[in-house]
Amino acid sequence: MSDTLVDFDEVLTRYEPVIGLETHVELGTASKMFCGCSTTFGAEPNTQTCPVCLGLPGSLPVVNADAIESTIRIGLALGCRIASWSRFARKNYFYPDIPKGFQTSQYDEPLCTAGHLDVELDGETYRVEIERVHIEEDTGKNLHVGGATGRIHGADHSLVDYNRAGIPLVEIVTRPIPGTGAKAPEVARAYVTELREILLALGVSEVRMEQGNLRSDVNTSLAPIGSLDWGTRTETKNVNSLRSVERSVRYEMRRQAALLDAGERIVQETRHFHEDTGSTSDGRSKEEATDYRYFPEPDLVPLAPDEEWIETLRVALPELPAARRIRLREEWGLSDAEMAWIVNAGAVGLVSDTVAAGATPADARKWWLGELARRANDSGVELIELPVTPKQVAELAGLVAAGTVNDQLARQALDGVLAGEGNPGAVVESRGLAVMGDSDELVAAVDAAIEGNPDVADKVRAGKVQAIGALVGAVMKTTRGKADAATVKRMLEERLVSS
Amino acid sequence: MSADVTSSSAADLSSALQSGELSSVEVTRAYLDAIAAQDESIGAYLHVDADAALTAAGEIDAARAKGEELGPLAGVPMALKDVVVTEGVPTTSGSKILEGWRPPYDATLAARLKAAGTVLLGKTNMDEFAMGSSTENSAYKVTRNPWDTDRIPGGSSGGSSAAVAAGLAPWAIGTDTGGSIRQPAAVTGLVGHKPTYGSVSRYGLIAFSSSLDQAGPMTRTVLDAALLHEAIAGHDPMDSTSIDSPVPLLTEAARRGAEGDLSGLKVGVVTELGGDGHAGGYDAGVLERVAEAVALLESMGAEVRQVSCPAFDLALPAYYLIAPSEASSNLARFDGVRFGLRVGDDGSRDLDEVMAMTREQGFGPEVKRRIILGTYALSSGYYEAYYGQAQKVRTLITRDFTTAWDDVDVLVSPTSPTVAWNIGDRVDDPVAMYAADLCTLPASLAGVPAISVPCGLSEGLPVGFQVMAPALADDRCYRVAAALEAAQDAARGHALLAGIGTKENTPS
Repeated sequence: MSDTLVDFDEVLTRYEPVIGLETHVELGTASKMFCGCSTTFGAEPNTQTCPVCLGLPGSLPVVNADAIESTIRIGLALGCRIASWSRFARKNYFYPDIPKGFQTSQYDEPLCTAGHLDVELDGETYRVEIERVHIEEDTGKNLHVGGATGRIHGADHSLVDYNRAGIPLVEIVTRPIPGTGAKAPEVARAYVTELREILLALGVSEVRMEQGNLRSDVNTSLAPIGSLDWGTRTETKNVNSLRSVERSVRYEMRRQAALLDAGERIVQETRHFHEDTGSTSDGRSKEEATDYRYFPEPDLVPLAPDEEWIETLRVALPELPAARRIRLREEWGLSDAEMAWIVNAGAVGLVSDTVAAGATPADARKWWLGELARRANDSGVELIELPVTPKQVAELAGLVAAGTVNDQLARQALDGVLAGEGNPGAVVESRGLAVMGDSDELVAAVDAAIEGNPDVADKVRAGKVQAIGALVGAVMKTTRGKADAATVKRMLEERLVSS
Repeated sequence: MSADVTSSSAADLSSALQSGELSSVEVTRAYLDAIAAQDESIGAYLHVDADAALTAAGEIDAARAKGEELGPLAGVPMALKDVVVTEGVPTTSGSKILEGWRPPYDATLAARLKAAGTVLLGKTNMDEFAMGSSTENSAYKVTRNPWDTDRIPGGSSGGSSAAVAAGLAPWAIGTDTGGSIRQPAAVTGLVGHKPTYGSVSRYGLIAFSSSLDQAGPMTRTVLDAALLHEAIAGHDPMDSTSIDSPVPLLTEAARRGAEGDLSGLKVGVVTELGGDGHAGGYDAGVLERVAEAVALLESMGAEVRQVSCPAFDLALPAYYLIAPSEASSNLARFDGVRFGLRVGDDGSRDLDEVMAMTREQGFGPEVKRRIILGTYALSSGYYEAYYGQAQKVRTLITRDFTTAWDDVDVLVSPTSPTVAWNIGDRVDDPVAMYAADLCTLPASLAGVPAISVPCGLSEGLPVGFQVMAPALADDRCYRVAAALEAAQDAARGHALLAGIGTKENTPS
């Protein structure tokens, strides 16, 4: 049942896309939203639980003040109005991963409203209006045991881990974003990228997408060009990487265009994104029929953050990514285009951290946008997801600068780092990658190259200096690339070229 | 001795324990013997652990023998309604869906009573999830009224009321959502107080309706109620709705009230609760006893006037939307996944079926009725018409109280329109059952404190007199109730409960 798709460029000849995003961010607070349990990732299942986050009869929630503070700071960074009075609401539905049979969330009285985020893309600025930022609790995780796919169908039984249940979750909802045209997929991605940078700058979350710290639901609709009304939207759930955000919009635009071309209606529904195929499929109809029966949470009192506290938080906000980019561009001496490249790659933080760890801006940029970008692309992951830290990249650049390795050896050292063999220095050591200095082994290799290629050597002696390249190549070959080419060239010149 | 022990007030037991006249083991054993002898015919308890009670009592006696500093309640036995979560002790909330559950933690009030050195005799029967006015909705057994074992003991705290009235516990904890402390206290001749909402922690009370639930004392005397209330009251950081303000001096108010001087006190008699034009459904005998009580208050110096609270007429429908709405959500966690009953998990059924079968078999008919009612009231498209309107009525009721406090210090009414009815009489008529809460609902919806104190007998059965006060002024309830109790006991020559089983008429 594969979908009929219209070519992307063709979609734009007939339709105008409108996108919208709902992004969930797990806050990095030490304890959960409504109890004192730890939020550390990766603990043994159900070891970070208590009567409250297990929803045991009689237990009651108590709001985590740090989570409220983080939510307000996010709201302030997004230019939101902070409500002077806000309430929690219960979202009622049955599923084993919600211990209470309802999720404690916010409904019509969110903490932050009416903000915006400016997204830059190819020299253009797109203003994304933020409808609301609210706070809620995360669910537990279901684990389906047996069966081939790890999915519920075909599984023998299911287990639930409630360690994640009750971790504070902030939901950031945009208003519909019209007017992005062909750029809709990229604007969606750039928005999540920029949001992620802001969250990192605020220090409110680790924003590890692969750990599910940040998850986006992406809404897409199409309307005929010139139409005054917007089309019916679909909501693609749990899109968990920046790349997937872009792909899901692109796919939905192409799929919806085919349906509209055929005179069919778009069903307002939840769709699932498949990383492997880049496609979406319709969600379970059960979910669509859910009436959550929201009502104000009677176990919690309303939130009424006082004006003075909000102002204190506003004044203490850190430098935000947009301002930081302007400052860094100047500090690094880059052009707008060069900086834009770093931004679009989502590498500002990585480059900045690498510079902070001792690399030159040029080296940091070269590594992240060159070799590392290529590898991320090859393995279909985001730069941030590569198992290498800015500190390690700085160390690698330092080894090159010191002449310990050349570029080719550095790439081999990077292989080792990515394979989990340790820091670059250690990998160079263990893999024996250091370039040879003026060692006996190198002297022998140089002498052997001269002896083995008498004709070439004579040409060089006769003044045809460019022929020396063949001899350098021969030395590199016998040393399996571990020699430093410049050193080899100097040694050959010492022997063949009279000064 | 043992007959005296099981008819003593808790305050007297406390004195006897402190003076060394009695040991906690003696007192505890007397109650355990009474339970063994009589509870088969009363049915007050769902769970009694005699060994654990005697061990706890022995520890208190040993501590006292060593001269350790002990609080006034140390060594006094008590019973908890089975809605109170107790660590390691079965807790069912009267429902099959929790059969066999042994909680891993103590409710705040259970922990406070433990810390005060009280001895837990057992857990008392109740309407399932506290939904009911007769305890007939218990999934386990029928509880009988010690005054007449053919009659209901009230509800939902009917196990607690029957236990205390029958001498199977000196006092007990009940919970009150729409009247579940006051009405059973009224129909069994006890004192029962629903504290100001937020003044006793709800942490560890299995929730029925979160915005209404409050725990409170059910006792033989007003002074006992004040003592037990003080032991469980006070701010709890585990309950976000807990009020962080000092507990009023309740025992002092009870002692002062017993002196019988109410001069300067302004008492409002609520017209809408059994007054002119609103007497339909009330027993004539109940109204007579209440009128006599009002006259008694006046004779002690109180200024009495009629007060109209028009929105009280809407309390019943508002309550039966708000409470079921919250209950439908509070009871969603009973899904068979983490604790309690699980039905149909034989590998052939999917998750939704197992949840549905568990809830189908685990909940009784009244609980299902309210879950369905509440689910409907919260549904998209009906929310404003039902839940939304009910919240507005709640605001109007609160406003009626606020207006009344401009003119009077307390409001009074019958606690229940009738005396205890016969077991089985109303089980097929939920609306008749709900009407038992008519007088108690307004104070619940407004969150204000209200006490029920005995005011004599009608047809040989106890009648309760309700005193309502502004939020956080629980001491006024105790003062007025103590005055009434003292005056009536003096006139009668003995406490009302002493006449249990004799069907004598009250002297008036």
